Amino acid sequence: MDDEIAHKSDRMSVSRRNFLRTIGWGSIVAFLSGSLLAVVRYLFPKVSYEPSPSFKVQTPEDYEIGTVVVDKPHKVFIVREENIIYALIAVCTHLGCTPRWFPDEGIFKCPCHGSRFYKNGINFYGPAPRPLDRAFITLAPDGRILIDTSKKFSSDGRSYGEGYLGDWKDPRSYLEV
Amino acid sequence: MGWIKKIKESRVWKSYFREEYDDTSRGRTRRILSNVWFHIHPAKISKKAINPSYTLCLGGISFLLFIILTVSGILLMFYYVPDVNRAYDDMLDLETVVPFGIPLRNIHRWAAHGMIIAVVGHMCRVFFTGAYKPPREFNWVVGVSLLLLTLLLSFTGYLLPWDQLAYWAITVGTNIASYAPVVGPKIRFLLLGGNTVGQNALIRFYVLHVILLPTLMMLLMILHFWRVRKDGFSRGL
Repeated sequence: MDDEIAHKSDRMSVSRRNFLRTIGWGSIVAFLSGSLLAVVRYLFPKVSYEPSPSFKVQTPEDYEIGTVVVDKPHKVFIVREENIIYALIAVCTHLGCTPRWFPDEGIFKCPCHGSRFYKNGINFYGPAPRPLDRAFITLAPDGRILIDTSKKFSSDGRSYGEGYLGDWKDPRSYLEV
Repeated sequence: MGWIKKIKESRVWKSYFREEYDDTSRGRTRRILSNVWFHIHPAKISKKAINPSYTLCLGGISFLLFIILTVSGILLMFYYVPDVNRAYDDMLDLETVVPFGIPLRNIHRWAAHGMIIAVVGHMCRVFFTGAYKPPREFNWVVGVSLLLLTLLLSFTGYLLPWDQLAYWAITVGTNIASYAPVVGPKIRFLLLGGNTVGQNALIRFYVLHVILLPTLMMLLMILHFWRVRKDGFSRGL
């Protein structure tokens, strides 16, 4: 205490003991918190070996009018209507299960909680809060259809997470044929 | 070092570490008597407090089930490999070709269900008898953490059989987690090690299930039991 009073006028003075103690504890805390941050970063993988969200399917002529083609590995339903083709993302808007296409009934049913969707992706039964999302779709230079499921279009145009670009009126959400 | 003093005088610290021991014969004895390793039993205990009709032994049953789960879980690990190409077959092998595999798997499964029931029952008993009130308030907090860990252990174990039920349950469960504000999608990505339930998710859930969560649970259980014993059980009417 006496020391403190004696040195009060001299602002630069820190006792050697306090200096070393601060350095010591400081480096331990810095090391531990740095390590913790490194561990947290380590747990977020940088490279994904999942299939690419962007892929090519067949040419528009290969899809018959009125059909729904199920692309299982890429988890999309390719719907061919009279004038347009679009790709519905096969992820239920309730809790992310994969709905199944029933050709006889012409509807999608989700096995987890029983949501149902019409052929155009609009929900009409069960807990699903909104229609299925459409994926980005375009014609590649080689004439085949290019789909990118990381770019999504919700029916109302609102964003429900990452990668939502617009609504179903957006020309990138369907292909005119 | 003012903040160390501040921590030591805080309500949380004092609810765990009540006494300062001086260097006298009595202080040294108290130090041993209150040490979880040297003296897990309390020096004295009220007869009413350990009456089974009062505690229903629900905490003890939870702990017994935890031990059963640890032993049966370690045995299951000898046959189960957390690989997406093997996991389901390994689980079927345990049910069909491994000697005593079926009872072992069923013991693990039913003990897990039983532990949830016992833990929730224990919590109800503590609540209705008012045993959570000061000076035991922060042991209630530890108890809530233990309940959460029990549920997380159930959730992580759910994926391991790698069947349809497991796959979609974890799809749904992690999607629910992603509804958490701000950090939700990040938590989902961290849990799955990717965007879909795959090999990364399986190994993550396996490591959480067999190493991380049980270790955390044991550490908290030590704290929980130690405080229960040293505070003296709350007593019946």
